[in-house]
Amino acid sequence: MAHDVRDTGVDPSVLIGCPGCDAVYVARSPSEGEKAVCSRCSTVLITNRKGAGVRILALSVAILVLVVAATFHPFLSINAAGLGNRVSLLDVAFSFGSGFLVLVSLATVMLIVLVPLMRVVLLIYVIAPIEFGLRPARHSRGAFRLAQELKPWAMTEIFSIGCAVALVKVAGIARLEFGPAFWMFAALSVIVVISDRYLCSWSIWRALEAGQ
Amino acid sequence: MTTARELGFVTCTACAKVWPGGTPRCECCGHRLQSRHPNNLQVVWAFWLTGLLCYIPANMYPMLVTSTLVGTDSSTIIGGAVAIAQHGDLAIAAIVLIASVVIPVAKFIAIAHLALSVKRGSRQSEHGRQHLYEVVEFIGRWSMIDVFVVAILSALVQLSVVASIHPGPAALTFALSVVFTMLAARSFDTRLIWDSIGPESSET
Repeated sequence: MAHDVRDTGVDPSVLIGCPGCDAVYVARSPSEGEKAVCSRCSTVLITNRKGAGVRILALSVAILVLVVAATFHPFLSINAAGLGNRVSLLDVAFSFGSGFLVLVSLATVMLIVLVPLMRVVLLIYVIAPIEFGLRPARHSRGAFRLAQELKPWAMTEIFSIGCAVALVKVAGIARLEFGPAFWMFAALSVIVVISDRYLCSWSIWRALEAGQ
Repeated sequence: MTTARELGFVTCTACAKVWPGGTPRCECCGHRLQSRHPNNLQVVWAFWLTGLLCYIPANMYPMLVTSTLVGTDSSTIIGGAVAIAQHGDLAIAAIVLIASVVIPVAKFIAIAHLALSVKRGSRQSEHGRQHLYEVVEFIGRWSMIDVFVVAILSALVQLSVVASIHPGPAALTFALSVVFTMLAARSFDTRLIWDSIGPESSET
């Protein structure tokens, strides 16, 4: 990876720049299972995992199905003194009903349902044509950039820890039970993490470039 | 080690492609190209300050309002954690305290330290600061835990007169504070950390 750039006659199109520290290298895909790491600041530049595209596609479809299903199925149910209540994720997201707190409920819907959903739809849209050897879909570049920008705002895994905390908080006053959506969400958190580990943005950008 | 800037090039921070200096937009991904944003630190400080201003009311106003048969009780972030601890669930109290107090405060300090170090230099190595930045970026989102807990509880605990839970105003300001500190961290250009050492001393 760490070829010195000055040897190459410096044609920028063959270079890769480190987004972390601005060091430049001659771009060369690492061998399978290896990573190309910036030797100056240790930012991971390129990863090369076998079948990454297919795996991301499969995991994205799984996430899509789980997010949609988890949104509508009962999530948690509560019982106390003969009274009960069960809520779906959508009820949770719309729980900040009154006044300016509506903003918080909007943000919650965005962070735990809409953003993760948008992200996987965009990734499928961008990666599927590349993986099946077709021309990149229209506006693939904008779609992929948006998907990458959205990454930190998709907070499924944080929400699942929130559930655990909530569970303990009400343990004193009521009995809580997990619904099917809770388990979908737990699975979701794991799949999202695995899928992101396979995603190499450099490889996808190069594939999009080659396909034009 | 050579940097794009030394060669008169500019790196796209979105897709890592390198372009001749002065190219306005990355032709690969459409991201705006800027070798170093002249006002980068001002943007960081603006988000940082907004986040800090939101964090103050977030700690003063109630986060959760619990109504039970015996009365109404509103608790702030710290008050809620103390109540959990008194209940005996020390691990959960620790999670709440870490996510809502330790992480946000540490983030304010860390981002301020990074921004100041660009101007004044720092005894901490560039590597250490890069690493600190990565930790801040990774961990910042986890502060949202408490907002989600409030959302779950206020949807779930609606048992007529026996018990009901409602969000307090701190839920909004706390969420905003998390969002603004995330924006502050994301807008910080880590290349500024490395610029301060110059090309000679970076030779390894």
